[in-house]
Amino acid sequence: MKPDLFQAPDYYNLDELLTEEHKLVRDAAREWVKRDVSPIIEEYAQRAEFPEQIIDGLAGIGAFGPYIPEEYGGAGLDQISYGLIMQEIERGDSGVRSTASVQSSLVMYPIWKYGNEEQRKKYLPKLASGEWMGCFGLTEPDHGSNPGGMTTNFKDMGDHYLLNGAKMWISNAPFAQVAVVWAKNEEGRIHGLIVERGMEGFSTPETHNKWSLRASATGELIFDNVKVPKENLLPNKSGLGAPLGCLDSARYGIAWGAIGAAMDCYDTALRYSKERIQFGKPIGGFQLQQKKLAEMITEITKAQLLTWRLGVLRNEGKATSAQISMAKRNNVAMALDITREARQMLGGMGITGEYSIMRHMMNLESVVTYEGTHDIHLLITGLDITGLNAFK
Amino acid sequence: MKILVCISHVPDTTSKINFTEGDTKFDTNGVQFVINPNDEFGLTRAMWFKEKQSASVDVVNVGGAETEPTLRKALAIGADKAIRVNAEATDGFFVAKQLAAVVKDGGYDLVIAGRESIDYNGGMVPGMVAELTGANFVNTCIGLEVDGTSATAVREIDGGKETSNTSLPLVIAGQKGLVEESDLRIPNMRGIMMARKKPLTVIDAVDAAKETTAVKFEKPAPKGAVKLVDADNIDELINLLHNEAKVI
Ligand SMILES: Cc1cc2nc3c(=O)[nH]c(=O)nc-3n(C[C@H](O)[C@H](O)[C@H](O)COP(=O)(O)OP(=O)(O)OC[C@H]3O[C@@H](n4cnc5c(N)ncnc54)[C@H](O)[C@@H]3O)c2cc1C
Repeated sequence: MKPDLFQAPDYYNLDELLTEEHKLVRDAAREWVKRDVSPIIEEYAQRAEFPEQIIDGLAGIGAFGPYIPEEYGGAGLDQISYGLIMQEIERGDSGVRSTASVQSSLVMYPIWKYGNEEQRKKYLPKLASGEWMGCFGLTEPDHGSNPGGMTTNFKDMGDHYLLNGAKMWISNAPFAQVAVVWAKNEEGRIHGLIVERGMEGFSTPETHNKWSLRASATGELIFDNVKVPKENLLPNKSGLGAPLGCLDSARYGIAWGAIGAAMDCYDTALRYSKERIQFGKPIGGFQLQQKKLAEMITEITKAQLLTWRLGVLRNEGKATSAQISMAKRNNVAMALDITREARQMLGGMGITGEYSIMRHMMNLESVVTYEGTHDIHLLITGLDITGLNAFK
Repeated sequence: MKILVCISHVPDTTSKINFTEGDTKFDTNGVQFVINPNDEFGLTRAMWFKEKQSASVDVVNVGGAETEPTLRKALAIGADKAIRVNAEATDGFFVAKQLAAVVKDGGYDLVIAGRESIDYNGGMVPGMVAELTGANFVNTCIGLEVDGTSATAVREIDGGKETSNTSLPLVIAGQKGLVEESDLRIPNMRGIMMARKKPLTVIDAVDAAKETTAVKFEKPAPKGAVKLVDADNIDELINLLHNEAKVI
């Protein structure tokens, strides 16, 4: 792969909206991605392997639970710092960002928000340091966009719960030590349970042959009469709102992350367009190529403003789920469009692993699907503005 | 051992260079600033002395408030304390006077500066600080060991290296070689969190005249078009060099 010459676009001087600490956090993540992710990621993606050696580095830059309070091993940062870290990681690879999103928003967040003090003390510091990796089991083979229909269930056996069912498409599943699993009790109410690797009847087969997020491990979670200790139930929230609260946090991070992938493709295409000569001049001098580049930077700038404002709202505790849906949907679609245009600008070179564009493009096919598909987020906006439910 | 690392706040090497105010001032609009690379090698070496020989490491910069993120980064990398002398750093002698005052005030044993800053490339400050504080001086330093009050410094010389023994107090003007690029540190989250609590003291400049002022900056002339001559056509090449370029 070519050396990483990335230069971040900031067309509207948005850096002026950031604090000194935001920039310090972001620049550290940016430097780390350049040094430790860019040189190896293409090879791991080609081999469809998660680069486990970067876990320490991810923990080092604060990618695991940046907004979790310091007393639980987090960094106690605000939501904009969290977003900026996700942006920088996804600039490198959406698969690596997925690993960090899951750990932070889908594993640490529910333990912090819905768990009790013993659970927080037991799990959060080890998850923040990367000593333990976690996964989040919501989706099932027959329940994707409609998680409320889940059939995974647990029974109260007096001194423990008995868990049965299966989850599918679970990021980090093949190597996670800890799984936050959503299942229904005997009354049909959804609760979160912490399932640990090694519990009898719990297995995590890997999903192979993905064309997307190849550097992230995906798998199933299978529960065959798993005895889960009672103290592993998350006591402080139940119902579908509990997993959806985690998704708000993750989707927010994805809205930032997608900008990272888009910036990387734009930057690559811009540089290539100045160097590649056809018909006696750089291809960047042709109007059709300029249209692509000009539209890319316009869309990136709009997305940056959207997420910055959303971050301010989240810091104030005022961002609604529907506002987060809008940003996730807009920014991922924006990034996907940019990858496709940028790929064309590189001609044949655009399809090779010499450049990151096609890897980003394939990755974003998952990102546009998980955490609520593109269509589902549109229905969320539709419901929010009309008050009419078009889901069913 | 008390170490002071002098940190310049300089434009990133990929920045677009432009000037304002009738070509007398650098245009900072949209420019990213970083720790001067030569200083970063020195800071990293200082971290080694801190970790292996329990040295204390302070960092200092002469500059306006806009340079504080650079000092904060040095704190996040591991420096104990930062000092900013609140003055515009336009003149080498003026800056050296300020740094010398900080060195005397803090009683530092070792001052690590960079061979030159990559913005104005003056390369004068470290030698002047040594003179003003009465310390020994090693220029273009690519290796440094300290044992008690004696020091061994390696210096780059034309086509080779020179190793010399000297003693503290010492000022070095360092560069790559003090440590390698792969040794440079990216601040981690713990470091960034700790840096929040570390002191960054702002002090007033001591009286010192500015001995120079920039009259004008000019960018190199843009490169002209290239004429390619076939490798077999030496006569044509000689003709062009003689009659057109007029260099032979
Ligand atoms: C790589 C990867 C990693 C993942 N990681 C995780 C994870 O860690 N944890 C986890 O729980 N899940 C994870 N998922 C699952 C992901 O969240 C689901 O794939 C997603 O929610 C969509 O569900 P589905 O695949 O079953 O598609 P379906 O729900 O079957 O949707 C198929 C199509 O129908 C559309 N559709 C569905 N309902 C409606 C409707 N009412 N109106 C209009 N259109 C509709 C959808 O938009 C979509 O286009 C991951 C998925 C992938 C690909």
